[in-house]
Amino acid sequence: MAAEGGKVDPMHQFSIEPMFGTDHWQLAGYNIAFTNSALWMAITAAVLFVFVWGGMKRQLVPGRWQMAVESLTGFIDNLLAANIGPAGKKYVPYIFSIFSFILFANLLGLLPLMLVGVHPFTPTSHFTVTGVLAVLSFAIVLIVGFARHGLHFFSLFVPHGTPWWLLWLIPIIELISFLVRPFSLALRLFVAMMAGHVLLEVLSSFVIDSANSGLLWGGIVGLPSFLLMVAICALELLVAGIQAYVFALLTSLYLNDAENLH
Amino acid sequence: MPQISQLAETYASQVFWLLIFFGFIFFVIGRGMVPKVMATVEARDKQIAADLAAAEAARSAANAEEDAWRVQANAQRGEAQAVIAKAKAEAAKASEARLAQAQARIDARVGEAEAQIATARSGALKEIEQVAADAAADIVSRLAGVKVDAKAAQAAVKEALNG
Repeated sequence: MAAEGGKVDPMHQFSIEPMFGTDHWQLAGYNIAFTNSALWMAITAAVLFVFVWGGMKRQLVPGRWQMAVESLTGFIDNLLAANIGPAGKKYVPYIFSIFSFILFANLLGLLPLMLVGVHPFTPTSHFTVTGVLAVLSFAIVLIVGFARHGLHFFSLFVPHGTPWWLLWLIPIIELISFLVRPFSLALRLFVAMMAGHVLLEVLSSFVIDSANSGLLWGGIVGLPSFLLMVAICALELLVAGIQAYVFALLTSLYLNDAENLH
Repeated sequence: MPQISQLAETYASQVFWLLIFFGFIFFVIGRGMVPKVMATVEARDKQIAADLAAAEAARSAANAEEDAWRVQANAQRGEAQAVIAKAKAEAAKASEARLAQAQARIDARVGEAEAQIATARSGALKEIEQVAADAAADIVSRLAGVKVDAKAAQAAVKEALNG
């Protein structure tokens, strides 16, 4: 939220800035400056670590915290059991990591920390980040698929019941839809997070500008925008959870393809 | 749109730090801590199932014991009743025998007494006859002055008494 010249730039919140004077860090010729994005990934990892660590008391009768952590792992476990079956157990660490990283990053990016002068950043609103996660999931699907079924994995592109006279078309469509998966995974998350943040920022600029131009416009435009913002904040919390769930769910469905073919 | 305008300068840093932190999450949290949490849940589920099974077993054992106890109690009650019935029958027989004995004794004594009464009565009758004959002879001698033979007086008295 850069209020330069009395204007709010809704895109400024996504800009990446190197921090702590690390802009010259290099690795094999690539710039690896520790940016605000990296900082929020670190915060996400730290918060997640503390959350799970707090649930590791391993008590027979769990406390509230342990119950919360156990319900999160149980949720992932059920998701995989429902979509893949007993073979899904071994993917729990990966799906858990994907789901909780996205969920925590989304939620932390929504925190109203501007009130205390901290600029929250949502790593999942960058397709460089979501793209890496999507490529990871896709690569795991490919590796598992070829490791378990070898070249037979290509039968994924010929669904059961395909009429013989469509055999020249269906595999092409299936192949395209298969190859689109990492892009759809990455773009869905990135677009959903960015759109929500832009919307909130635009509405907040309405509130600020209309309030600055007097009571009349503040009442007509500012107040409804503010009420809408409150509602959209609640919606964004929902979206944060849903997008994390969708990413984890689709990854597990793709893993099911790799694990069980059709 | 910074995601695109800053792409060239930041993609390496984004990918690098994401791999670092996501790698930390996956290896330390996902593979290190989550299995322990799930093992705890599993151990609890197992313990609950075991406890339930033990409770079920204890309940069925208690039921079986109760059934066995009931059978035993019924058998013992039957035995006790048989013993009581036997004792009753024996007691009844014994008291009957004693009653019969007592009855016999009483009958014997009643017979004896009746015989005594009969002899006493016949003795008394004879005496009355004697006294009456004497009195009649005496009366006749005093009124008529006739000496009556004792035998005749006796026959007359017998005739008068017996009609």
